Amino acid sequence: MKEMEGTTYLDYSATTPVDPRVVEAMVPYLTERFGNPNSLYRLGREAHGALEDARERVARSINAAAASEIVFMGCGTESDNAAIFGIATANGRSSGHVVVSAFEHHAVLEPAHALSKRGFEVTELKPRTDGTVHPEDLEAVMRDDTVLVSVMHGNNEIGTLQPIAELARIAHARGAAFHSDAAQTLGKVDVDVQALGVDAMSFSGHKIYAPKGVGVLYLKRGTPFAPQMLGGGQESRRRSGTQNVAGAVAFARALEIMDEERPTEAPRLASLRDRLVEQVLARIEHARLNAAEAPERLPHIANFVIPGCEGEAMLLHLDAAGFAVATGSACSSGSLKPSHVLLSIGLPPELAHGSLRVSLGRWSAEADVDAFVDALVPIVEKLRAMNPLYEKTIAALTRGA
Amino acid sequence: MYSEKVMEHFANPRNVGVIEDADGVGEVGNPVCGDVMKITIKVADDRIHDIKFQTLGCGAAIATSSIVTEMAKGMTLADAAAITKQQVADELGGLPPAKMHCSVLATDGLKRAIDDYLVKHGREPIGGPILSEDPDFDPHEVDEECEV
Repeated sequence: MKEMEGTTYLDYSATTPVDPRVVEAMVPYLTERFGNPNSLYRLGREAHGALEDARERVARSINAAAASEIVFMGCGTESDNAAIFGIATANGRSSGHVVVSAFEHHAVLEPAHALSKRGFEVTELKPRTDGTVHPEDLEAVMRDDTVLVSVMHGNNEIGTLQPIAELARIAHARGAAFHSDAAQTLGKVDVDVQALGVDAMSFSGHKIYAPKGVGVLYLKRGTPFAPQMLGGGQESRRRSGTQNVAGAVAFARALEIMDEERPTEAPRLASLRDRLVEQVLARIEHARLNAAEAPERLPHIANFVIPGCEGEAMLLHLDAAGFAVATGSACSSGSLKPSHVLLSIGLPPELAHGSLRVSLGRWSAEADVDAFVDALVPIVEKLRAMNPLYEKTIAALTRGA
Repeated sequence: MYSEKVMEHFANPRNVGVIEDADGVGEVGNPVCGDVMKITIKVADDRIHDIKFQTLGCGAAIATSSIVTEMAKGMTLADAAAITKQQVADELGGLPPAKMHCSVLATDGLKRAIDDYLVKHGREPIGGPILSEDPDFDPHEVDEECEV
């Protein structure tokens, strides 16, 4: 892409550029068709029609039973917040048991944490070292008063897919609602809300080549829900606020492109990722792929540990060399703890500080992967040479392995 | 984020390495926290004649290590031991609040190397407490402005 000249962008799980085809679809709703979809005159009706058309297209893509189950929101985080607070506190409920996996995005963990301060009991369910929440582990923490279970569809840092259908069945068997954050999986793998059996699912526009500032909550008909945004009663009272029509149109168009291209794009990305993993493990001594034994994973994410190197230092050197990637090191988060995701799958902090996440996307090519590894090799050598504990670290690692 | 000077020292750190026949060695930090620093010094006439460092850590950890070696080189032991975290940060054109603790690590490493030399020579240490190893040390509270 022209906009990305000068940088090899390998952080598609953080955000994506807006696809020009999506821009083309949305721009008229920013300019000549700018009407408020809640107005009765022609301009309003036009906007309303576009919004409802977008809703239907999203519903069809995820196999929702009705378009009315699609609620447009401001972002993925809002969608997660709305689901956690909205379902847990529906019908005036002020106590009960909530289960979330320990490696959820903060957009789920923080609302759950807030609930625990408001009279709810919250269990953080640990995934196993394969990066997966095991159904029998959920079974073991379910209680008669469990009201909500939330487990993400695909993890944003390590890319592991969760057995959502089975987990949802277990929640339902005990009378609990089931929510899943699918910000990372939408468009990348088949998302069928009925087959997965979820009551609520959260999506984000800017992960699928639509702009930032639009998200979706799938809310199955009949799911008790207390709206979190109050006002004019838009979105059938579930999310007040004048709808972002251009954003909704963009979301629907972006999803359509993802769906059209997935049959060729998913295997292309998976083979690019495999090429990357193979090269990193072959050319960087002691490098490891995190959650390598996961039964199922997203095609575009690879998360490595490079022992003896700190993540932010690698990231900054890579940036100077023209590559954009992410790390789970503490320094990247502004806290002192490394990624809660990596810790939750049993990685010791000293290794988690040296993690790198590479996430591929629509404009990633073989040459990008090869150039990235070529750039990473000397950076790792340089940082390891500066590390006063390098020999010790490797000796401990070799003993441990 | 980082100042230009931080990025410059991070990209081209000065005085990297180990002095094999060092007069003083200071090692601070912990890989569990992600930062480890080792300073080796050569002393002549109670001055830091030569100094080298090795650091495992983030951009700020490497930049503060680099600048502290530059500041200390040629100083008397007393002056070098008195370098404060704020002076290190100021010399780098400032550090983001969440990274101020990295400058503590750099001054701690230097103080420990100086004290190692003094104690080896039967003299009193002058570095004072190692801040980063105080059990009450909260890296996010080292500075008044450090509200995270």
